[in-house]
Amino acid sequence: MEPNVPQPTPSPVNPKATEERLDEIRWAALDKGPPGGLPATPPPQIRGRESYYGLPVLKAPLWTWEVPLYFFVGGIAGVSAVIAFAAQVFGSDLALTRTALWVAIFGATICPVLLISDLGRPARFLAMLRVAKIQSPMSVGVWTLLAFSGCVFVALAGDELILRGYVSPPMTGTMIGIRWAGELTGALTGLILAAYTGVLIGATANPVWSHNRRALPPHFLASAVGGAAGVLELLGFLTPATEFLGIAAAVAETLLGVHFELSRLPVNAPLHRGKSAWAFRIAGTLAGPVALLLRLVFDSASGRRAAAICFLAGSLLSRYAWIWAGVASAKDPEALFQIQRKA
Amino acid sequence: MTVSAFLTDATLCIGCKACEVACKEWNEVPADGMVWSGLSYDNTQSLGASTWRHVLFLEQPQVAGPQLADTKDPFRWVFLSDVCKHCANAGCLEACPTGSIMRTDVGSVLVQKDVCNGCGYCVVACPFGVIDRRPTDGRAFKCTFCYDRQKAGLIPACAKACPTQSIQFGEIGELQERAKNRVHELRERGYNDARLYDPQETSVGGVHAFFVILGEPENYNLPPAPEVPTTYLKSAWTSALISAALVFAVICVAFAL
Repeated sequence: MEPNVPQPTPSPVNPKATEERLDEIRWAALDKGPPGGLPATPPPQIRGRESYYGLPVLKAPLWTWEVPLYFFVGGIAGVSAVIAFAAQVFGSDLALTRTALWVAIFGATICPVLLISDLGRPARFLAMLRVAKIQSPMSVGVWTLLAFSGCVFVALAGDELILRGYVSPPMTGTMIGIRWAGELTGALTGLILAAYTGVLIGATANPVWSHNRRALPPHFLASAVGGAAGVLELLGFLTPATEFLGIAAAVAETLLGVHFELSRLPVNAPLHRGKSAWAFRIAGTLAGPVALLLRLVFDSASGRRAAAICFLAGSLLSRYAWIWAGVASAKDPEALFQIQRKA
Repeated sequence: MTVSAFLTDATLCIGCKACEVACKEWNEVPADGMVWSGLSYDNTQSLGASTWRHVLFLEQPQVAGPQLADTKDPFRWVFLSDVCKHCANAGCLEACPTGSIMRTDVGSVLVQKDVCNGCGYCVVACPFGVIDRRPTDGRAFKCTFCYDRQKAGLIPACAKACPTQSIQFGEIGELQERAKNRVHELRERGYNDARLYDPQETSVGGVHAFFVILGEPENYNLPPAPEVPTTYLKSAWTSALISAALVFAVICVAFAL
């Protein structure tokens, strides 16, 4: 050996890690293939109009369990306020109005808790109230929820004060007026609260959500109507009106379920394949045909309770299924490209 | 201040990742994991909350322009440094319910980190899949366009660090002109699939970071026709209001019957 050529010094960490040893490994790899008995696969290449190694283009929604539960609770609370208003004005069913208002205020109390705990920085939830942006469905939703809580609180407070006899004659008329105003505004904001969640996920860059943006609001509303009617039935209000609403919601959910099942576009793949699809189908079956058949076949209190429970379970599961579908859709670059090329 | 832009040129990029490193260093962006992807030399894989410049490594079975290479078994290696597009109509900015995401005087889209509460709505509103929430922090992050450096008269760290002028920074009109000339020049030299990626004709309405690429935008995970989600608002709200009115009527009928 030449005295002037520097000799490779063994690594202090691994004395075997020398250039010679690396060469040995290289030659062995050429002879026997890669180590570990793995088959020698060619490196991945990108052809034609393929995506970048099949990696997702979009980011998946990162909402956790709180948000779909909020969609469910918010919908029920919102439609309960509508039922309270209609029961008061058209049905004069004071007991139903009172209970429905309690359901609405209970839901309106849970909703902010769910929303705040889902934030990345829950301590900063008040930042939501710095601005009101009509072009942001989430901002619209936050303000709607706030307004809804206030209106329902006024309606419920008025209702309770009147029913418990705290209001005496000179004030009775005013208090009835306040209660009525609270119920009307609660009903209107409640409708938006139940419907906007469909816009919230529909007006996004997520392919399966934005593609179904027209079907989502009626889907979530129907789900909320059946859910609110179901909750009131389970609380003992087995009236013809709740039965009518239960049937109407189950019919709507059946039709929408058929619609989603029949739209076989690649963008709707998360509704037809995989975990989200099975959750979606089970949810749609429970809230649609199962709830409907239970109501039509068993004309009894227990049949109606079973239908209510089925509808509520299906309604809750469907909100989770939509979030899971969004996650699956964000991971499918080819479906995204396909809708964009068509447009 | 003038409206500024990035022009990132795939035909000049050598895949050194100096932009990724310079960005992380200047902006104090934390590490985001060590994974071996097996996808060429790209172990970063995508832009994210802690990756504001991302160098793509495309291995493709075709030749790059007029190269004297083996055309029987063709192969080319293309690199591109991806970044937030700073859209003219930005989905994240429109969706942000706190007003944390704002438009700056240099035309860029900036997340004010002292306001963001981590609601995650910008993440699903970005048609390019750029912005994301950092799990260890809870807030959303993306490229700041080195707004702090620009205010101090410096160019963004990635453009400063780029050794080949693949990342160019300047006034938007001037860079758009330069990009068009570059594509023209490349095509004349035989790079027939050279093109400019600048989605001006879509609802995004143009971007402040455009790219000279070889081949299809899809190969770079650049959406061919990105749409800002605010374009979906009208149809979604129309459907919501009609169905809400219907629900109101049905519930009133249920109790009036």
